[in-house]
Amino acid sequence: MIADQRTTMQKRVHNAQRMNRIMTVVFYCIGGFFLVLILVLAVYIIINGIRSIYPGVFGFDSDGIGNQFFNTVYLVFWSLLISVPIGVLAGIYMAEYAGDNKLTKFIRISIESLSSLPSIVVGLFGYLVFILYTGAKWNLMAGALAVSILSLPSITTTTEDAMRSLPKSYKAGSMALGATHWTTIHKVLLPACLPRIITGVILAAGRGFGEAAALLYTSGQSTRLNWSNWNITSKTCPLNPFRPGETLALHIWVMRTEGSLNAHSEEIANVCAMILVICVLLFSLAARMITKHVTRKQTGDNA
Amino acid sequence: MEETLNKNIKTEISVKNLNLHYGEFHALKNITMDIPEHEITALIGPSGCGKSTFMKTLNRMNDLEQGVKIDGTVLLDGVDIYKTMDAIELRKRVGMVFQQPNPFPKSIFENVVYGPRINGIRNKEKLMEICERSLKQAAIWDELKDRLNKSALGLSGGQQQRLCIARTLAVEPEVILMDEPTSALDPISTGKIEELAMQLKKDYTIVIVTHNMQQATRISDNTAFFLLGEMVEYGKTDDVFANPKDERTERYITGRFG
Repeated sequence: MIADQRTTMQKRVHNAQRMNRIMTVVFYCIGGFFLVLILVLAVYIIINGIRSIYPGVFGFDSDGIGNQFFNTVYLVFWSLLISVPIGVLAGIYMAEYAGDNKLTKFIRISIESLSSLPSIVVGLFGYLVFILYTGAKWNLMAGALAVSILSLPSITTTTEDAMRSLPKSYKAGSMALGATHWTTIHKVLLPACLPRIITGVILAAGRGFGEAAALLYTSGQSTRLNWSNWNITSKTCPLNPFRPGETLALHIWVMRTEGSLNAHSEEIANVCAMILVICVLLFSLAARMITKHVTRKQTGDNA
Repeated sequence: MEETLNKNIKTEISVKNLNLHYGEFHALKNITMDIPEHEITALIGPSGCGKSTFMKTLNRMNDLEQGVKIDGTVLLDGVDIYKTMDAIELRKRVGMVFQQPNPFPKSIFENVVYGPRINGIRNKEKLMEICERSLKQAAIWDELKDRLNKSALGLSGGQQQRLCIARTLAVEPEVILMDEPTSALDPISTGKIEELAMQLKKDYTIVIVTHNMQQATRISDNTAFFLLGEMVEYGKTDDVFANPKDERTERYITGRFG
């Protein structure tokens, strides 16, 4: 009897261990698959980009992509300027002020729907509201607003999750010292979840960097900048946000669809793709490094 | 039961007919007690008896929870803390040390001066002075003076708890509430905190919740025994432990309690 039980027990342990090994291999395979996928894509795009470089490709005329690169950075800058304050404040509201009621549920559903909107829909919405409704021409600010709509939900959710994951004792400790709710939020809670918020913002910036569909009908598919013109109201002044501002991702689209306009169209598209991939990788790396740095400063791991 | 306390000592906090409900649950039942100034008053009782809940009514930390209803009066120096005092003002006068040390993820210095800073003190020298005084009062200055700019999260549990006491002292409260301040600490750190509490009672009124009856006998002047939301017995610690008046108190302190 006892011997019998022992062998069934051994069998069970044996089976469990075998399953454990199988699953470990499965997970390694899945991980490896993604690693290979991203490496192949990135390496292919970068090599292709390097081989397409020709003199003047980084210049600021119609043969170069300098203007498009500047537009991309400038557009992301404006979109963050709009979406970060609103998104962070909305996240704080959801984590700290929103009650457990229908309004909160409605807001949450809205945020979730907003985050799953196809970017072309946001682009058309932007075209309707920021271009047709205001009677303006295609401009960089309209594009920045469209990209803000895309990044708002993720910044809001990141902020809310970061606030919620903080130990409850931070809030209790601060309140017990006679701090108000708002003082507690901006002196203790917000600084404590800064690393996660920064990561969220940088990743949102990365997505804005590569956005194309939302910009097709908002920021325009052309750019004409005069780098000696610093009259902010002028259509050719680089710093004027109310002028058409084609970005790198849009430039790829234009070069690939209306390539006959430029003798170097294919090379330009390849170089743009390379720059985009490198920038997005750099954004991810920067997010990780900043997070690590701030966390280390707070927890004193390096002490 | 108040008559068992020394009449010559001034009352700091006076609680009268205090009832607290969590929704339907009657968590505190008609508590009446006077907490004397510059003494240590221990609140003992089994888990869930309401002693921590009671302590939180003294600095209105229960305000932060939903569904809490309180009636009765709590007077601090004769002023009703629920009717005529602002909760923020109250918490500056009644500080609190928690069960788990909870330093903020900031430097040691920033932790200590957090209270003074939010009260509007900006002068760096003044803040440094407060920091030094508070850390000395909490008997941890010598250990920390060379690493004030290091993160507080890198300290040991016992150091963190004394830092939290220093953080509370920096606000210059009149009363310090301690919610099982040593339950997460090792015996040596516990000893240091107890010693500290006994020094601090010269200048502060201390209320301490403890699971540990030896701790209550070692450091407290008065002891209140809570059971199922009621305050069963309250008196001089020596009396309560040597001659408990209530059978339930006796059964609890002799360890014959379920």
